[in-house]
Amino acid sequence: MNTYAIDLSLKPSTFDLWHVCLAGTVALLALILIGLLLSMLISLIRCKKKPAVLPVIPTPEPAVKIVEKIVEVEKLVHAPVPEPVVLKEATPDAALQLLGLLQKEARFIDFIKEDITAFSDADIGIAARVVHEGCNKVINEHFTLATVRSEQEGSRITLLQGFDAATVRLTGNIVGNAPFTGTLVHKGWQVTGIRLPKLTSGHNAAIVASAEVEL
Amino acid sequence: MKELFGSQPAKKDAVDEQVAVEQAQDAVSATRFSVGIDLGTTHCVLSYADLGHIDDEDFSPQVMAIPQLTSPGSVEDKPQLPSFLYQAHPAELAEDSTSLPWIAKPDYLVGEIARNLGRKTPIRLVASAKSWLCHTGVDCKAAILPAEAPDEVERVSPFQATTAYLQHLRDAWQNQFPDAPLEQQDVVITVPASFDPAARELTVEAAHAVGLTQAILLEEPQAALYSWIEKSQGDWRNHAEVGDIILVIDVGGGTTDLSLIAVTQQEGNLELTRVAVGDHILLGGDNMDLALAYTVKAKLEQDGKRLEAWQIQALTHSCRDAKEKIFTNAAADNIPLVVASRGSSLIGGTLRSELTREEVNRVLVEGFLPEVVVSDRPVSRPRTGLRTAGLPYAQDAGITRHLAAFLTKQQGATDELKDINLPEHASFLHPTAVLFNGGVLKADALSERLMEVLNSWLSAEQAPEARLLEGADLDLAVARGAAYYGYVRKGKGVRIKGGTAASYYVGIESAMPAVPGMSPEIQALCIAPFGMEEGTQQELPDDEFGLVIGEPVRFRFFASNTRREDKVGTRLDYWTDEELDELDEIEITLSEEGRRPGEVVPVHLCAAVTEVGTLELQAVSQKDNGRWKIEFDVRAE
Repeated sequence: MNTYAIDLSLKPSTFDLWHVCLAGTVALLALILIGLLLSMLISLIRCKKKPAVLPVIPTPEPAVKIVEKIVEVEKLVHAPVPEPVVLKEATPDAALQLLGLLQKEARFIDFIKEDITAFSDADIGIAARVVHEGCNKVINEHFTLATVRSEQEGSRITLLQGFDAATVRLTGNIVGNAPFTGTLVHKGWQVTGIRLPKLTSGHNAAIVASAEVEL
Repeated sequence: MKELFGSQPAKKDAVDEQVAVEQAQDAVSATRFSVGIDLGTTHCVLSYADLGHIDDEDFSPQVMAIPQLTSPGSVEDKPQLPSFLYQAHPAELAEDSTSLPWIAKPDYLVGEIARNLGRKTPIRLVASAKSWLCHTGVDCKAAILPAEAPDEVERVSPFQATTAYLQHLRDAWQNQFPDAPLEQQDVVITVPASFDPAARELTVEAAHAVGLTQAILLEEPQAALYSWIEKSQGDWRNHAEVGDIILVIDVGGGTTDLSLIAVTQQEGNLELTRVAVGDHILLGGDNMDLALAYTVKAKLEQDGKRLEAWQIQALTHSCRDAKEKIFTNAAADNIPLVVASRGSSLIGGTLRSELTREEVNRVLVEGFLPEVVVSDRPVSRPRTGLRTAGLPYAQDAGITRHLAAFLTKQQGATDELKDINLPEHASFLHPTAVLFNGGVLKADALSERLMEVLNSWLSAEQAPEARLLEGADLDLAVARGAAYYGYVRKGKGVRIKGGTAASYYVGIESAMPAVPGMSPEIQALCIAPFGMEEGTQQELPDDEFGLVIGEPVRFRFFASNTRREDKVGTRLDYWTDEELDELDEIEITLSEEGRRPGEVVPVHLCAAVTEVGTLELQAVSQKDNGRWKIEFDVRAE
């Protein structure tokens, strides 16, 4: 067995393995100490700054909260089995735009908003020409219309299995299975092309007819 | 291009080939499309064809949909851009309601919106800018339009308006084809055959102003014929024969343009030569609508109803629709017309009248296309009193009378062509075929009457009846034909030979002793002969002028579309008013560069027709060959 004697007057003359290990450990500890001290210092500085900055930028915190919320929502969506029915919301802009066009070309709103009870049929007839001609122009200019069925109205037609119930509607004595045979009451209309004007950012679609002042 | 002029007036064919080769090389690098722009008096149309993949017989030009404002805040695609410009009041339109897909706030409102706003506020509307371009006595770069506007309305020049239309077309193209800049495509712009050199020059300048420095010009009736050739898909040779004289009648919204094109033979191939063009007649479809509106107005006034200005406007509008209905629908003999009230109450305030087939025939067919004999001439009354600054509208609405005058005046147009033989006793040039152009002639009643009248003249001189060349697209032919011309210039298909539509003269004071009370006699010196072809030049070396450096010198300038025999240097001592038309004066200023002011430099004149299709006059120094451009667009004050 080796015995170790302690002699403080001795000075190491060779840099052996032990010394290397010792020096390495010292260096490592010193580094850890410095790191610790630095991090403490930084956190101290931050703590000092925070109370001053906080009222100025409150945004970081809400942002964090929102992230948390999103996570929750995702969980909710994943969890329930029945999917909610989504009804399409009609955009008011296109509807307003069409109203505007009908008013501009056909005086549509003027005509509808007028009380026609007091007028004679002849007078209404004259105004109806303006409306008819204008509506015709708007429809022809902005829509391409085609009939759903090309057969003559009143003729007998047969609908095979798997016909599109959205384009052909059955009425009357609906019994049995396809093929169905019946009379074509209305040939139907479908829009095959639509060319509505594009709107600039400054356009207020709600004004379907601007007031007019002649100078 | 300059190099071409520097050289001798080389044989045309050689030049053509060279150009064709150069362009074919261009095609590989950048040019993808042949673009035709019909810069009309009332509408502009842009047609284009992909040059990348076309075979000889398969050329299908398309008409570009032009996005434009139709009312404040709404932008629509339309095949035509109405040639109108509206100078809106600053308070008139809401913020951001005039943006286009490519610009938030355009400098000028053009197109449908201009026409619509102008209908209610005519004082701010610029219309027919094109007709002003060739209106002698007006400075086309001076802000003069709208002519009738109160002083505070900001005016634009006819040149600016033309530039604005081109700018819109260019931007619309850029928006649709961002990868193929218009300035790198083959662009052909059409002008009326009757445009004078100054108006052609201004059109080219407007194209340059929007960056289209490569654009070339083509006469509208020629474009219409090109379109007919293109639509026949090679079959046109079966419809035209040697000896044919094709009369192109173009009745547009605001103008009527007449041209004659002869079919001759060269080494077994059919050749087309444009032999004559008519005067610029300001008469067209708009006059017809107005005539109908005034007929209906008279009817209403008989019933004791007074019409206001806006009602006549609206009436003109509905007369146009009614006219079209009567012409296209043989069963409709009676079209009701209604003019709605302006207020929100529609019923009660609405005026009603009607337009009958009989009235349309009487007013339009008899009024505009009367059955006349070929010796009839348009009536021209001396203008009474002071004429306000306006366009010189045709005084006689009889298109057939203008046609008679044109054919008689151009009787000698084909004298030099050996394939064309006119009978000895002919009192006018006998056309053998007719090509129509312009929306007005879509109406069968009008086109049939026009043929009837023409054929009655022909049969009176025992000549065979002229036949109508079928299959033309009357509205879009000019733009389509212009796009086809870009393709023809690549050396494909047949090319119409044209050259200058007139011979040109400068007025020189003759050397004679002064006589008190008499202005010195003027001689007309021919500087450019009739039919000078593109890319050629002619010099006039013998007639020297001494010009003073730094001082502008003005010459009177004349054109003749009948004197075909005059050569460069011919001096005319006497001519009739019919023979020579006086154009605006031209001006030469010798710049002071490197010379002493006041020095007198002897020069001679040189005329060249550029490849672009404009006439270029230069003064050439005898001593050192220095050259100065002579300006056309200096209009009399």
